[in-house]
Amino acid sequence: MVRGKKMVERVMELMTEPAHIRNIGIVAHIDHGKTTLSDNLLAGAGIISEELAGKQLFMDSDAEEQARGITIDASNVSMVHEYNGQEYLINMIDTPGHVDFGGDVTRAMRAVDGAVVLVDAVEGTMPQTETVLRQALKEQVRPILFINKVDRLINELKVDEMEMQIRLGKVIDKVNKLIKGMNEESYNNGWKLDASLGTVAFGSALYNWAVSAPYMKKSGVSFKEVFDKCKAGDMKSLAQSSPLSEVLLDMVVTHLPNPKDAQKRRIGVIWHGDKESPEGKSMLNCDPNGPVSMMVTDISFDPHAGEVATGRLFSGKMKRGDEVYVMGTAGKSNRLQQVGIFMGPKRVEVEELFCGNIAAVTGLKDAIVGSTITSLVNITPFESLKHYSEPVMTVAVEAKNMKDLPKLVEVLRQVGKEDPTLQVAINEETGEHLIAGMGELHLEIVTGRIKRDKGVEIITSEPIVVYRETAVQKAGPVEGKSPNRHNRFYLVLEPLSDEVVDLIRKGEVSMNQTALERRDILVKAGMGKDEAKSVKDIKGTNMLFDMTKGIQYLNETMELVIEGLHEALAGGPLADEPVQNLKISLVDVKLHEDAIHRGPAQVIPAVRGAVKAGLLMAGDSLLEPVQKIQITVPTDQMGNATSQIQGRRGTIFDIMSEGDTITVVGKAPVAELFGFAGDIRSATEGRAMWSTEFIGFELVPNNLVKEVVLAIRKRKGLKESVPTPADYLA
Amino acid sequence: MLTFVGLGLYDLEDISAKGLEAIRSADFVCLEAYTSLLTGTSLAEMRCYYGKDLEVLKRDDVEQHPEGFLSKAIDTNVVFLTGGDPMVSTTHIDLRIRAARMGVKTEIIHGSSIVSAVCGLSGLQNYRFGKSCSLPFPYGKWCPKTPGDVIKKNLADNLHTIVYLDIQEDRYMTVHEAVNLLESMVTESGFQIPCYVGIARAGSPEPKVRAGVAATMRETDFGGPLHILVVPAGLHDMEREYLEVFAGYGNSDLL
Ligand SMILES: Nc1nc2c(ncn2[C@@H]2O[C@H](COP(=O)(O)OP(=O)(O)OP(=O)(O)O)[C@@H](O)[C@H]2O)c(=O)[nH]1
Ligand SMILES: [Mg+2]
Repeated sequence: MVRGKKMVERVMELMTEPAHIRNIGIVAHIDHGKTTLSDNLLAGAGIISEELAGKQLFMDSDAEEQARGITIDASNVSMVHEYNGQEYLINMIDTPGHVDFGGDVTRAMRAVDGAVVLVDAVEGTMPQTETVLRQALKEQVRPILFINKVDRLINELKVDEMEMQIRLGKVIDKVNKLIKGMNEESYNNGWKLDASLGTVAFGSALYNWAVSAPYMKKSGVSFKEVFDKCKAGDMKSLAQSSPLSEVLLDMVVTHLPNPKDAQKRRIGVIWHGDKESPEGKSMLNCDPNGPVSMMVTDISFDPHAGEVATGRLFSGKMKRGDEVYVMGTAGKSNRLQQVGIFMGPKRVEVEELFCGNIAAVTGLKDAIVGSTITSLVNITPFESLKHYSEPVMTVAVEAKNMKDLPKLVEVLRQVGKEDPTLQVAINEETGEHLIAGMGELHLEIVTGRIKRDKGVEIITSEPIVVYRETAVQKAGPVEGKSPNRHNRFYLVLEPLSDEVVDLIRKGEVSMNQTALERRDILVKAGMGKDEAKSVKDIKGTNMLFDMTKGIQYLNETMELVIEGLHEALAGGPLADEPVQNLKISLVDVKLHEDAIHRGPAQVIPAVRGAVKAGLLMAGDSLLEPVQKIQITVPTDQMGNATSQIQGRRGTIFDIMSEGDTITVVGKAPVAELFGFAGDIRSATEGRAMWSTEFIGFELVPNNLVKEVVLAIRKRKGLKESVPTPADYLA
Repeated sequence: MLTFVGLGLYDLEDISAKGLEAIRSADFVCLEAYTSLLTGTSLAEMRCYYGKDLEVLKRDDVEQHPEGFLSKAIDTNVVFLTGGDPMVSTTHIDLRIRAARMGVKTEIIHGSSIVSAVCGLSGLQNYRFGKSCSLPFPYGKWCPKTPGDVIKKNLADNLHTIVYLDIQEDRYMTVHEAVNLLESMVTESGFQIPCYVGIARAGSPEPKVRAGVAATMRETDFGGPLHILVVPAGLHDMEREYLEVFAGYGNSDLL
């Protein structure tokens, strides 16, 4: 057992040897045992004591996490594991399972190369199991499987040895089916999970034991012995003969790729720059002597050191005092102040950081989550991180005391930086700021932390559902005139096709790629060549096309056109809610010869007005967020489960029975889901297991639109009557 | 009746006697203060001097919602004050058309304009000017290259260029800023501006006029607003002599 400083020294030594590094994430559905596992791995590596492990004092270090018994923030830790006489550096991220904090999983998957997917042996794969797998595969992160809570199978469900094997087999089959469905190529190339090959282990994180085929061979512990010992309640001896951390970390070292191998495969997926460039070559080879390229995946605030940026260093090395550039900012360099690694809640400074590791640095004052950091002045940025979910709920916050007004603004900016899945809208005029997040819990945590950690007393409104606006038909050309009437913009608005929206969502089409690359992808998705090459902007899932030809000055005016468009998209005419899935085509433009007469004060309002008027003409409609709901109950409770969905404007798409339980799958709008947790509990006498997940925005039923719009307009202090196109085209 | 009255260049007394009479006999007087402004006076001074209240109009009030004062002009006498000469600004051409379409009679009382003042202060001959251009403050990534293009073309045709400098609610562009912007524009598009004439506070008792290369412009203290810039083409003998006498041309430059 090596503790404290000594551990850091060994970490530092191994950090320079990519072949002996593994960057891994622990991912799973909520409560399947990720943190318990992580704690026990740390105990095995001697970083925390055995007694502390499993009591979640280390990885769930936040008081809020401890009180609620769930993980809220992903946390990083490095440890050393010995396998076949060789030491390996394991950089591990424990991620949260609650769907509201899924953004942390998305970000962690960028930083790691392999994932340990946990599945609760009793619950089996759950909706978030599927989501985290999808996130891993999308980032070319290789999964291996740990089936946890096997003790429950034996002691609670009282299954026999045979049944246990069947159940475990079923879980493996299900996970394989998911992997195959998501990425058949990788599945066929060796990512299929196979217990006999050792890419699956099972055991009990709580009781600190696990088994895998290779380890059984090595230790001589048989399957029967596991079953018997478990049944007899003698898990202590199992933890001796087949310790969790040995089995798991052996599996990690053997089957998950080292950064050098992983980057060869992953760089092409997460970075679309020139592979022959110095930075391209250096990343592909994980070359410490090449230029620095790092992607920031997390920002946190340290009361002493300030902003700490954590992320994956893909090439080069970093030390204190180095000057680096943050892509997409003014081009002034940032000076690194401290460089280090995270050891759970503690950050440890090191002399120098090497590529292939997860770095935690201070001094990157211009960085946000998703920033690309480089020692060169300009490189192609990494692909942006696309979170599968979107904010569906908003709360309004206000400072309780006048004197806190400026402080609250600053705190909200920080909060928005720390958690990129939040949308923070600051309104210094009214002092009423809006925070939109993934769900009730998310907002509760965030507002709670503003009070607790940042020390600002705030008043918080009840959470409100977030809506969207969109066009349902084609309209235009609409003429937008500048205030001086010398500039005119002719726009056609219509819904953007589902295929293209999907490509944007998946990040396959973006403004980061070259025009040529983008054109080819769009043409393949069925778009005409002329259009496909004329994309001028992508904002959210809205796309601007310039279909004009040879109009003088338009090029140097496009920035302003885009700004006017963004202003309109930020709040549609119906309810001032964000606009999505809109296709905007510029079909003709007239511009004043002189620059000032077609400046910001002229062009922005002209375009903004035309887009808003055009939206109304295109049948501007309201969309609401909808969640997928999965409820598992004992068969006799099925009626109570289905009525919980149907009674909330929901629909049911599947009912599956397995043994004496039944699983109902359906969907319902977020607006109807307030209080769902309590209701489902009382309706099923607390016997339901359930989960929800965002699946997208859908049209608000016609008969409700008027009422919902009016309520939003009143709340926002807008005129009650919805504007007409003429109001925007003066 | 809507009477457009030009206030001239700098202070209270630049207005014509005719213009002053129109104000004094008006039922309603408004002042447009966003295309140009009189820096040598203040609103309060103007009110006292005219013996009339003045309503100040912002861009929106003139460009978006002129109905208010236009409809007043149907049956009363409304005076619309602008800096310089009223119709030099494009907005006001539009306003006169709108007024006429509403059946409002209109009249213009001219004021002295920066266009002619520039000729007077620089000695550059009126007939030798090409298209003029304006130079806006960059806004985010927006920084139009048109001014550079206009100057380039005028220089090729051997014509002078007036460069109007941006005026905004809270700031005005100085000769220094303008020269820096133009210099980076021309380096990008690969030509050179051989000489500038910077002018400050035209119409005031102490206007500043200085001709020279970019470095000379940067060294010169032009003082308070408003500023304007000219890019002269090749100089005729008389023009050169005038600049030497009145604008320090050639004193420190190698030209
Ligand atoms: N019986 C049994 N309970 C376990 C086992 N592993 C974890 N648990 C319990 O399951 C609960 C959840 O464990 P956590 O480790 O917090 O689960 P998690 O996946 O980190 O949860 P989130 O981070 O909130 O998603 C705790 O009460 C653990 O004690 C196990 O192997 N057997
Ligand atoms: Mg956890």
